[in-house]
Amino acid sequence: MIDWGFIFEQSLTQAIDFNAIAFVLAAMGINVHFGYAGLLNFGQIGFVAMGAYGFGLTLTWFGIPNVFVAVLIGILFSVFFALLLGIPTLRLRADYLAIVTIAAAEIVRLIARSTPLRPITGGAEGLNQFIGPFRDLNPFNASATYGFGPFSYRGTQLFVIVVGWILVALVVLLVRQLMGSPWGRVVKAIREDEDAARALGKNAYWYKLQALILGGVLGGLAGMVLAAGNAAIQPDFFAAPQTFLFWLVLILGGVGRVWSPVVGAVLYWIIITFIRNLGRQLVSAGLVPTSIIDTSQIDQIQFWIVGLSLALLMVFRPQGIFGSREEMALDAR
Amino acid sequence: MLDDATTAQQPLSRLPWEPGVSKPDPILVVDGMRKAFGGLVAVDVDHLEVERGMITALIGPNGAGKTTFFNLLTGFDAPDRGSVLFDGESIDKPSPHTLAQNGMVRTFQLTKALTKLPVIENMKLGARSQKGEHFFYALLSSVWGDQEAQIEARADELLTRFQMGHMRGEYAGTLSGGQRKLLEMARSLMAEPRLVMLDEPMAGVNPALTQSLLAHVKSLRDEGITVMFVEHDMDVVRDISDWVVVMAEGRIIAEGPPGSIGQNKAVIDAYLGVHHDSALDIEEEEERLAEMHEIEADE
Repeated sequence: MIDWGFIFEQSLTQAIDFNAIAFVLAAMGINVHFGYAGLLNFGQIGFVAMGAYGFGLTLTWFGIPNVFVAVLIGILFSVFFALLLGIPTLRLRADYLAIVTIAAAEIVRLIARSTPLRPITGGAEGLNQFIGPFRDLNPFNASATYGFGPFSYRGTQLFVIVVGWILVALVVLLVRQLMGSPWGRVVKAIREDEDAARALGKNAYWYKLQALILGGVLGGLAGMVLAAGNAAIQPDFFAAPQTFLFWLVLILGGVGRVWSPVVGAVLYWIIITFIRNLGRQLVSAGLVPTSIIDTSQIDQIQFWIVGLSLALLMVFRPQGIFGSREEMALDAR
Repeated sequence: MLDDATTAQQPLSRLPWEPGVSKPDPILVVDGMRKAFGGLVAVDVDHLEVERGMITALIGPNGAGKTTFFNLLTGFDAPDRGSVLFDGESIDKPSPHTLAQNGMVRTFQLTKALTKLPVIENMKLGARSQKGEHFFYALLSSVWGDQEAQIEARADELLTRFQMGHMRGEYAGTLSGGQRKLLEMARSLMAEPRLVMLDEPMAGVNPALTQSLLAHVKSLRDEGITVMFVEHDMDVVRDISDWVVVMAEGRIIAEGPPGSIGQNKAVIDAYLGVHHDSALDIEEEEERLAEMHEIEADE
């Protein structure tokens, strides 16, 4: 029969696991880009990859077994990527950035998995021998299992989750502070009308570049959380469709609201895990015949759901959970 | 009102009415400015001086290059060649934001109210040299908090003066066209400009608000701010400007006090074409144009 307890437990566990944390951070980056600065970034996964590889390569190829240096290098990788994308495109219309980001993210993945770079990036297998210095910092007992309520985690997992949510809290505070400051006002003004901001003495290009870097660094942090959580970096995880899952999370929560990526990511992981587990159990309990769908196909369903829910959101609630519809309707000039 | 206008025009009253005439105390001096789009020369201005503390109107028939000229002066478009002296300082490569920081602020023909920001935030955006606009300072409210409070107080003062105080918390997107014009003008004052460039300040404003807008433009001059504006409505031009510059086909064809412009032959030629019978004043000219359109429509 269907084990509802297990399904709910799984859903809640996933909702606070490192994947959800990475989604929060990546979507928070897109929120800074699109929600506040009006920059269309369809290649956020590229920033995630840059962060992950910067982190991993420092610990392996660069041979610096220091987690803090690795985080710093990961951030620098993301900043570099932002400059690479932003400097040529931010003087142009908004759509140019969108085109460049989606292509550049794929280029990052293809370079990382390329065979000639195998000695450095591990090629298609990626990196998996870097997590030692991070685990050395773990205050929890790595082999023990910690449980509270429906949750139970091994010490290594718990460490990633605790560090990750602290990071999320810091990032929420950072974004809130920035967007409530005069800096945020300029950035939002540029989103509304770049020429108006320029006419009032604001260097729109420079502010857009700053926003691109900030959001990109948040993407990079997401990559580092993923690397630490998986204890591995797989290049093919960083494929273009991932970016749209981050967008879904952001739109679900509401574009241009500080908390929306947090709520969006948690809800996303609850829903996805629930559907996946329910589907598997329905099939294995024989309630859905395998002639219709078998267990290996269940995972595909979640992507139908993603596409369908994006479409439905755009039609029925484009402002997401937190947004206000009146504000969205103010576009008319 | 009439007395105001005459006293204000005093420094310009003895000037000859010719294009490129030099003024006693120019805030803006333009030399040899040219801009071509492909084969079309949109702007070709040999010399123009804008007198400090005056309201200068820039008029001309459609396609005369007024807006392009405005864009060149404010850095929104780059001239092929030409130099600009703003308050004695040469502006080599003008960019809109450096010009605005230096005291030349413009508004737009199609208003650019920031629709999804409240009115008060629109206003506060205009203030210059805000510490909190630097990324790292922005992180510490204590660094910019005091300045922010001062800016807000000044914004409220200006909103009251522009009779918009009651709308401070509303999204700018809910304002009417005329209110947006007012907001844009008030916002430009937040930048403490020395020269305000208004691109068609009366376009799309309902008649009830026109008088109020005109009064505000005049009050800018009374505060010592130089105003230059592009306008189509000749009543407006006559009512508030101290000096009129006429453009046609990219060139400046005439300059003079507003009363004199209607009789200027070059101006009438520019508006009506060279083959007209006799000198007309502006009202007659507009009638004539309307008739011509009717005839064209009939054919």
